[in-house]
Amino acid sequence: MAKVLVVTSGKGGVGKTTSTAALGAALAQQGEKVCVVDFDVGLRNLDLVMGAERRVVFDLINVVQGVAKLQQALIRDKRLENLWLLPASQTRDKDALTNEGVGRIIAELRSKFDWVICDSPAGIERGATLAMRYADEAVIVTNPEVSSVRDSDRIIGMLDSKTVKAEKGEQVTKHILVTRYDAGRAARGEMLSIDDVLEILATPLLGIIPESEDVLKASNVGSPVTVNNIASAPARAYTDAALRLMGEDIEMVIPTDRRPILQRLFGRRAA
Amino acid sequence: MSFNMLRLLRRPQSSAPVARERLQILLAHERGTSRGQPDLLSLLREEIVAVVAKHMTVDPDKVQIRMDRGKTVSTLEVDIEVPNAFDRAMAAAG
Repeated sequence: MAKVLVVTSGKGGVGKTTSTAALGAALAQQGEKVCVVDFDVGLRNLDLVMGAERRVVFDLINVVQGVAKLQQALIRDKRLENLWLLPASQTRDKDALTNEGVGRIIAELRSKFDWVICDSPAGIERGATLAMRYADEAVIVTNPEVSSVRDSDRIIGMLDSKTVKAEKGEQVTKHILVTRYDAGRAARGEMLSIDDVLEILATPLLGIIPESEDVLKASNVGSPVTVNNIASAPARAYTDAALRLMGEDIEMVIPTDRRPILQRLFGRRAA
Repeated sequence: MSFNMLRLLRRPQSSAPVARERLQILLAHERGTSRGQPDLLSLLREEIVAVVAKHMTVDPDKVQIRMDRGKTVSTLEVDIEVPNAFDRAMAAAG
């Protein structure tokens, strides 16, 4: 039974696209058949983060408008044969997306994949509401920082009112994914802790992605962090989160990079 | 000098509890408004100004509204500048 998952946040720059690519790849590595869909029309980036930017021919809007068939627009990942990408359009504006058109495509994707992961644009406008509209589950990406938590709260309210599930009186299953977490700063009282974030948002936790250099390294080369360096701390955290999405009971730990002790002592005090 | 040295040695004040408290207050208010009910304070503000405007000319630019949202109590301060013509109207009526 296919699941439609929206990766959303309200606030921009918190790691929606990074998380979509990383979770999509991690699920594909577990043998699931996954399609990641970029809803950020006009500002697409999922293709770039996944290293498929030079293979885009048709896009989501072409399919909505019937210019291309879904099959023609889907791009198969070069590293993981179970992973596919449906890119957003870079030129047309988001008004070209219609409720019915998106509904039709999501229904078609449901019949072909185990997971359909919708990468939402930032904000609360049409692109964001359409990305969440048909979702069964939602990953709310949150940084331990006041503006991100506030926007997550707003998005949770929208997930509970503006989705097909909500309109039917059902609930979208919501998960918080805390990204860019620095356990040291939280322990020193310089950053909201996981408990703070969860208490304020009153939503269960899917995973904790530590702040890490590996995330930028992976996007530099156009590879999901779970593919680029599967042993890195963020990759292990994303893999755990993906397993939890699949229903496995995985202990919640914050992975750390195993760095030599001298480097840990003198490495990056300023960061 | 010794005071400065002490300050350097002291643990920095942690800011996370402040962030947590600010968020809790803010979201308590925002949640009330996002669930379909109109924002009570802004409704009050509009109606108070409308009632005053029924009886005298109110210059919208001369209406000052301040709101202070606290954890248990919020205050709404509405400061409406009344033109002096009002005094004359009162005198005429009385």
